[in-house]
Amino acid sequence: MLQNYLPILIFMVVALGLGTVMIILGRLLGPHKPDPEKLSPYECGFEAFEDSRMKFDVRYYLVAILFIIFDLEIAFLFPWATALSEIGLFGFASMMLFLGILVVGFVYEWKKGALEWE
Amino acid sequence: MIEFKPFVFYVFATLLVFAAGMVVTLRNPVKSALFLVLAFFSAAGLWLLLSAEFLAIVLVLVYVGAVMVLFLFVVMMLDINLARLRAGFGEYLPIGGIVAILLVLEMGLILSSGRFGPGRMPEPAAVAGDHSNTRALGRLIYTVYAYPFELAALILLVAIVAAIVLTMRRRKDTKYLDPAKQIDVRREDRVRVIKMPAEKKS
Amino acid sequence: MMEFATHAWNALPAWTQLTVFSLVKIVAILVPLILSVAYLTFAERKIISYMQVRIGPNRVGPRGWLQPIADVGKLLFKEVIVPAKANQFLFVMAPLLALAPAFVAWAVIPFTDTLVLANIDASLLFILALTSMAVYGVIIAGWASNSKYAFLGSMRSAAQIVAYEIAMGFALVGVLMAAGSLNLREIALHQAGGLHQWYVWPLFPLALVYFIAGVAETNRAPFDVAEGESEIVAGFHVEYSGMGFALFFLAEYANMILISTLAAIMFFGGWLSPLPPAWIPSVPVIGALLGDGVHWLLFKISALLFCFLWFRATFPRYRYDQIMRLGWKVFIPVTLVWIALMGATMFLTPWGFIFH
Repeated sequence: MLQNYLPILIFMVVALGLGTVMIILGRLLGPHKPDPEKLSPYECGFEAFEDSRMKFDVRYYLVAILFIIFDLEIAFLFPWATALSEIGLFGFASMMLFLGILVVGFVYEWKKGALEWE
Repeated sequence: MIEFKPFVFYVFATLLVFAAGMVVTLRNPVKSALFLVLAFFSAAGLWLLLSAEFLAIVLVLVYVGAVMVLFLFVVMMLDINLARLRAGFGEYLPIGGIVAILLVLEMGLILSSGRFGPGRMPEPAAVAGDHSNTRALGRLIYTVYAYPFELAALILLVAIVAAIVLTMRRRKDTKYLDPAKQIDVRREDRVRVIKMPAEKKS
Repeated sequence: MMEFATHAWNALPAWTQLTVFSLVKIVAILVPLILSVAYLTFAERKIISYMQVRIGPNRVGPRGWLQPIADVGKLLFKEVIVPAKANQFLFVMAPLLALAPAFVAWAVIPFTDTLVLANIDASLLFILALTSMAVYGVIIAGWASNSKYAFLGSMRSAAQIVAYEIAMGFALVGVLMAAGSLNLREIALHQAGGLHQWYVWPLFPLALVYFIAGVAETNRAPFDVAEGESEIVAGFHVEYSGMGFALFFLAEYANMILISTLAAIMFFGGWLSPLPPAWIPSVPVIGALLGDGVHWLLFKISALLFCFLWFRATFPRYRYDQIMRLGWKVFIPVTLVWIALMGATMFLTPWGFIFH
C-alpha cells in the first residue's frame, strides 16, 4: 500500500516545484519597474479610503461551521457505502437513523433561516 | 544507507514538530493557521505510514478542508491587533513555561514506563493486496459500534443547533430587498395615473 | 555501454528506481495536461465565438491555432506585480496552493484498466480531500492582496465552494453505494458491458448534481460570482498579473478537466466502450477503435468539457442568494433522498439489481 503513495508524494513535490519555477521565470523574464501608483490596491481608479480587511457578516462563520458538520457526515457515509453489501439491513438501518437525526438538524437550520442569504 | 520507511517517518515527524513550533511562535495569525495546515498534513503522512489510509485522508478532508477554513475565516476577519496580542507575552511566560515543563515531564514518564514501544506493540501482519482499509472500518462502525455511531449523530445535531442559536442574528442595518417582491410589483401599486385638465393659457 | 547502464540501474536501491519511474510517469501526465489546458482556452474562445456568430482568435498561426502559445509567451514576459500593501509571502504562495491540488489529483486517475500512476484503494476519497484544498488558494489570494475587491471575491467564492462541496460529496456516496468500492478503477470496471450499464441511468439525479456542483466549484459561468467582471472586476485575483495570474488560470482549467474526467469515469464508464463486448468485431483496426481504450475516455472528457463552454455561452450569471439556495436547499435534499431511496430499493425490494 505504501509504495502506492510514494508517487503521490513525488507528484506533490513536482507540482509545487513547477509552480515555483514558473513564478520565478515570470519574475526573471518580465520587466520590474515598480511605482507607487502601480503597487496601490486596485479600486477602480480611486484612492483606497480604508483598510480592505473589514469585519465580515457573521453568516460566513455559520456557513463554515455547518460545512464542517456536513463534511463529517460525508466522512461517515463513505465507509458505509463501501461496505454496504456486507453489513446488510442492520447497517443500512443504523445509517438511516444517523441521517434521520441529522435531517432534524437540517430542518431546524432551514426553518430558522440559517440558509437564507440576504 | 538509512532504510526508506524510517527516513520518511523522520521527515514527517520533523516537519510536524517544526510546523507546530511555528504555529505558536509566528506573529501573523494567518501564517500560523497555514502552518497548522502543514502540521495536519505531516500528521496525515505519519498515519499513512501506519497503514491507516482512511483516517489519514479524512484528517486532510475534515481538518484541512473544513476546520481550518473556519479558522482562516475567523482569523482573517476578526481584525486582530497584532501589537496588543504580543503585549502579555512576558507576563505569561513563567506560568506557560511551568505548564510546558510539566507536560514534557509527564510525557517522558509515560513513554518511558515500558508500556509503549515496538516490543509492546508488534507490527501487525501484512494485509492482502486487495485489502480495503475503508471497507474494514465500514464493516465495524455501523454494526458493532452502532451505539457510539448514533451518539455521534446526536453530538453533531447539538453542534448544528448550538451554532445556529449562537450566531444567528438578524442584522438591522441590512439593505436587503427581496428580489421576488421586486419582480412581483405591478404598475398599479407604484404609479397612479390621474386625469387633470390642461392648464389654461393666461 | 547498454549493459553498463542496465547494470547501474539494477544496482540502485528499489525506491530510487520507483522514484525515477514515477517521475517519468508524472511528466507523461503533466505535459499532456498542460497542453490540453492551453488548447482548452483556445477551444473556449473559438466555441463561444461561433455560438455568438463571431470568428474568434484567427491571427496567430493558421486559423489561430498558435494562439495559446502566444498567450503563454505574453504572460511569461509580463511584470509580476506584488502590491505594496500585500502580504508578500502569502501573495506569492496563493497561486501555488491553488495549483498543487489541481495537479496532484491526477495521480490517482485511471486512464485505462492498467494506466494509472498510483492505484490507491481510497482514490475517490483522496480526490475529495484534494478538491477541498482548492479553497485555500482563493482565500489566501483574497486576503493577501489586501484589496477590497479581491477580499469580497474570495469570501464569496469560499462560501460557494463550501456549499457545493457537500452536494458533491453526497452525490459521490451514491456512486460508492452502487459500486461498493472507493477505487476509481473498480468503479469504472463495474460499469462494464455497454452503454446500458453506465451509472448515469440509475444515478441520473446524482450525475446531474455532481456535474452542476462541479461547474460551481470551479467558479465557472453561470456560477462565476467570485470573479464576475461586471460586479467585482475579477474577484480574488484582481491584483495578480503575469505568471501569478497564469497559475490561477492553469489551476482553474485543470480543475475543469478533472471534474469532467471524474464524471466520465464515475457515470459514463470511463475508458469502456459504449458497445457491449459481443458486438465488437475482432477486425484489427476497427475492433481496437470500437473496443475499450483511452480514446473513449478522451472523447467523453471532451464532450463534457464542451458542456462547460456551452453553459458559459448560454446562461446568464446566477444571483448570489440563488446560488446558495440551489446548493443548500435543492442539491443536498435531492442527494439525501436519492441515497435513502437507493438503499431502500437495494434492501427492501427485489429491484436492487437496478443499481447493480
